[in-house]
Amino acid sequence: MNTNDIKSNAPPFTLAIASGKGGTGKTTLATALAEAAGIPVTLRDCDVEEPNAHLFIRPQWHRHTEQTRPVPLIDQQRCTACGACVELCQFNAIAVARGLAMVFTELCHSCGGCRRICPEGAISDKEVPIGTLDCGTQRKNPAAPINFIQGKLAIGQVMAPPLIRATKNVAAEEALNILDCPPGTSCPMITAVRDSDFVLLVTEPTPFGLNDLELAVETVRQLLIPFAVVINRADSGDAGVRTYCHANNINIALEIPWKREIAEAYSRGDSLCDAAPELKAQLHTMLQQIMCREETA
Amino acid sequence: MKELIVISGKGGTGKTSLTAAFCHLAHELGQSCVCVDCDVDAADLHLILNPEVEHTHTFTSGHEAIIRQEDCTACGLCKEYCTFDAIIEGQDGTFRVDPYACEGCKVCVEFCPVQAIDFPSAECGIWNISDTRFGKMVHARLHIGAENSGKLVSLVRQQAREVAAQQGTELVIVDGPPGIGCPVIASITGADAVLIVTEPSVSGLHDFERVAQLCRHFNIPAYLCINKYDINPAQGESISALAEQHNIPTLARINHDHAFTAAQIERKTITEYLCTDTADSATSRIQALWEALHQRLNT
Repeated sequence: MNTNDIKSNAPPFTLAIASGKGGTGKTTLATALAEAAGIPVTLRDCDVEEPNAHLFIRPQWHRHTEQTRPVPLIDQQRCTACGACVELCQFNAIAVARGLAMVFTELCHSCGGCRRICPEGAISDKEVPIGTLDCGTQRKNPAAPINFIQGKLAIGQVMAPPLIRATKNVAAEEALNILDCPPGTSCPMITAVRDSDFVLLVTEPTPFGLNDLELAVETVRQLLIPFAVVINRADSGDAGVRTYCHANNINIALEIPWKREIAEAYSRGDSLCDAAPELKAQLHTMLQQIMCREETA
Repeated sequence: MKELIVISGKGGTGKTSLTAAFCHLAHELGQSCVCVDCDVDAADLHLILNPEVEHTHTFTSGHEAIIRQEDCTACGLCKEYCTFDAIIEGQDGTFRVDPYACEGCKVCVEFCPVQAIDFPSAECGIWNISDTRFGKMVHARLHIGAENSGKLVSLVRQQAREVAAQQGTELVIVDGPPGIGCPVIASITGADAVLIVTEPSVSGLHDFERVAQLCRHFNIPAYLCINKYDINPAQGESISALAEQHNIPTLARINHDHAFTAAQIERKTITEYLCTDTADSATSRIQALWEALHQRLNT
């Protein structure tokens, strides 16, 4: 074991796996990195709209909790229909009609403003379900178990960010945190990658992959988080992504080839480290470089 | 006028490639259509349709809080009240708003004891009406980290319906966003039909079930297309069987084909790039899929 190896007593490090475009291989990479780390890790599936990492990790679940968020509950006895809450609410989540205040729960962002502004103290918090948090462990490598945490948005729920925050906030002791993030560049993606130490942007070498990579790069640059690119299905497509990375001094940390065996293994829920064992050492080295780079930075 | 939305739950299953192909086929068959991209935070349809922008509009929605440093007394009440962790206390004791975390709720503005927080309107993105080789296109771009993606999606759909009404267009074909949250819900509510594009993998199955539940929740007729079918036909059939339980007919099984990537590189739809040669080529399958969809939209 070399002296640069990843240490389980290192300071906490959060690595976010993100992408602009969906379906580029975020989950594949996040789960494979968790298995290649060689130390105990916490893997958090922050893609709460479509959490898939559990299909590859197959953890033993040991905790299940319902997650809620507060929305206003109006005491109609006290409410004078003065409209102060309606005027403050920026999301049209409260309306007054025929002397009664009504709440439209699905529009509410849980800011708590209405409760604070009500002169009669007629508004309290009511907790409504938004989804679930599940915790489990994978002990495929007993020396380096994976502590797995997953948020899952309830069907019909509009707002993912509160659940993403809850998924990130579950306490864990492992030094390395890997986040499987939602695609895109809007609030769910930003909520997930925010405050990370490093981001890996997964892309594919196609015009769609490049277009969405450029957006994702702009996003992480604005968030001031160091990042590198991983090109998946690297031998398909064209040279656009590489040309762009070189022109913009972006480090390409890893290239994963397109192989039918990898696609088939993925379709069954088998891990990348099992389908292409030769990649495991490369993943480990990449992780080492990212964590050491940060330590020395 | 009929509105079809193409969604997937899981990203990267081929939504945009299929949407572009439908726009091409509709045009070829003389069925006038408006092409729409509702994947406002990672829009790609324009890369194939190559639109010539006719009108660009800014999308202003909501507000953002900005602390005036010269008036702030650093009391910290805003940080205490903000439920989005959007107020950052600097090491020098100053407070500022993180624009990427601020949801524009106005609580800090309202309760600041010295009224030191401004609340200007937020420009959240742009939207365009364009011309393409297949007809008019309505597309948009949400600014990085901007709020209100759902509202932009609703606006884009409304504009597309107006264009369609003005032109007497028969169809509105929409490329939807991935996931099941805010922008997806804004994309599908009130649509005539949804096509779910999936792939035969454990993730595809898992995500299909969630979008199928979403379609049922909002009571929208849904159809299924399994792309990259031959990667795992058994898994494909599991998804198809599950779809049947949700009353979602499987209208197409399309095999994995590197031609999808090759077509994209040439900025062509798969149906323009790959001529029909055999009955199970991607183009023939997509033609049959479009025929089946078109028929169902009109019954």
